[in-house]
Amino acid sequence: MSDDETYDAGYDDWLDAVEDGEAYYLEGPDGDGWLPPRRVDPATGSRELTEKQLPETGEVETFTVVHVPTPAFEKDAPFATAIARFGPARITGIVEADPDDVSVGMDVAVGVMETETTGDRAVVFRPK
Amino acid sequence: MTDVRIAGVGLTKFGASPERTGRDLFAEAGLDALDDAGVDQDDVEALFYGNFMGELAEHQGHQGPLMAEAVGVDAPATRYEAACASSGVAVAEAVKNIRNGERDVVLVGGAERMTNLGTAGATEALAIAADDLWEVKAGMTFPGAYALMANAYFSEYGGDREDLAAIAVKNHENAVPNEKAQYQREISIEDVVEAPMVAEPLGLYDSCPISDGASALVLTSEAYAEEHDLDASVAVTGTGQGGDLMALHDRDFLARSPAADEAATEAYADAGISADDVEVAEVHDCFTIAEVLAMESLGLFEVGEGISAARDGKTTREGELPVNLSGGLKAKGHPVGATGASQLAEMASLLRGDHPNSEYVEGATTGVTHNAGGTVASAVVHVLEVVA
Repeated sequence: MSDDETYDAGYDDWLDAVEDGEAYYLEGPDGDGWLPPRRVDPATGSRELTEKQLPETGEVETFTVVHVPTPAFEKDAPFATAIARFGPARITGIVEADPDDVSVGMDVAVGVMETETTGDRAVVFRPK
Repeated sequence: MTDVRIAGVGLTKFGASPERTGRDLFAEAGLDALDDAGVDQDDVEALFYGNFMGELAEHQGHQGPLMAEAVGVDAPATRYEAACASSGVAVAEAVKNIRNGERDVVLVGGAERMTNLGTAGATEALAIAADDLWEVKAGMTFPGAYALMANAYFSEYGGDREDLAAIAVKNHENAVPNEKAQYQREISIEDVVEAPMVAEPLGLYDSCPISDGASALVLTSEAYAEEHDLDASVAVTGTGQGGDLMALHDRDFLARSPAADEAATEAYADAGISADDVEVAEVHDCFTIAEVLAMESLGLFEVGEGISAARDGKTTREGELPVNLSGGLKAKGHPVGATGASQLAEMASLLRGDHPNSEYVEGATTGVTHNAGGTVASAVVHVLEVVA
């Protein structure tokens, strides 16, 4: 871990859940999916959000290969960052693969990695 | 409702001046704007000021009063923060303030000191405009976010790196005669395509530079301008602001910017114009793909067609609709807190006829400015018209 020991309730709880194989998303009344922490569904304004199990497989919708990172990822670059859709929820994560092997439409599973630069936890997509 | 006149404009040169403080940058722009307007600083009733990363770059919060002091204005001063749209939002609020009769003379603008942070530090500072938990902690940078949008655009509508490169080439060409611009030099398609990658598919020359600089406008009511016989021929006739969800992955569209659609619709309705009336535009091209999204949101091109506009010559200075005659963020530079107001300063000069590129829009009476914050979670559009 880096010096930043702040625990972000909701976010870190979600990473814990992913590490335990219990990834989830928050579903709004119209079936939209979101990541925590949230008290309101942005799509409807409803306060009725329900925890649902995140589908095991997501699909990469877009990605980029980051060559100039922020200092917190200095030793990790270059790496591919992608937005992947898991059912109704989309997630941003680092793809654990050679950037040349990443493509739109590829299937991935969500996980948690420790970054090389700081040892902090980060959302990772593992090709399936 | 009163017209809001642009009585004076002031810009520092945008570029790398890491030793200059924000207060010095804004003082230069603010004093130039007052001089250009011929308005006494004692007549200024408020300062609306945009700044994004002052805490990180200068360890300086509470910048409103500091900037009023720097420019010699004894009046209430407030800082607005909306990432790269900070001074665009400040202008929108200033316009409303004058329109509702609250004040007759307002100084509005912004400043940013960035190059003292270095590339890594500035990259980190810019990234805080994204969702820290769900984007930045997943390695996303600002170029990275726009690269995600660019790849999504290519997948959905087509286009390639050379289409984007034509935008950079155009904006560099426009910046050559602009003494306020950071890069007064031309580049080629090959320069852009062969440049080192920042975040694929965006390379170094697809990206705006890291810049220091400041901008300022003196806005007055129509009555004040007439009473004081000001030379203020350009008015802000329309203003609009839109918003979107913070994280790109939560948006309905990855390759469009609905917040700017909303801002444009509101600004056009406010001014009583349509996209067809727009003769010249200054848009937020922090990355080449951003100019495409901006033009489509402004209704200047259909969705999916903005990508080829520069390559086809439609938006070049000789084209039917010149875009970013200032050089844009790409070549003029992007001191983020200064950018929104600087777009209005450039547009006012273009329409007044005293801009080095005014010859390309001779006789034009209607221009728009488009300023975006984050990955367009904030957007501000203004309509400027020659009214006198």
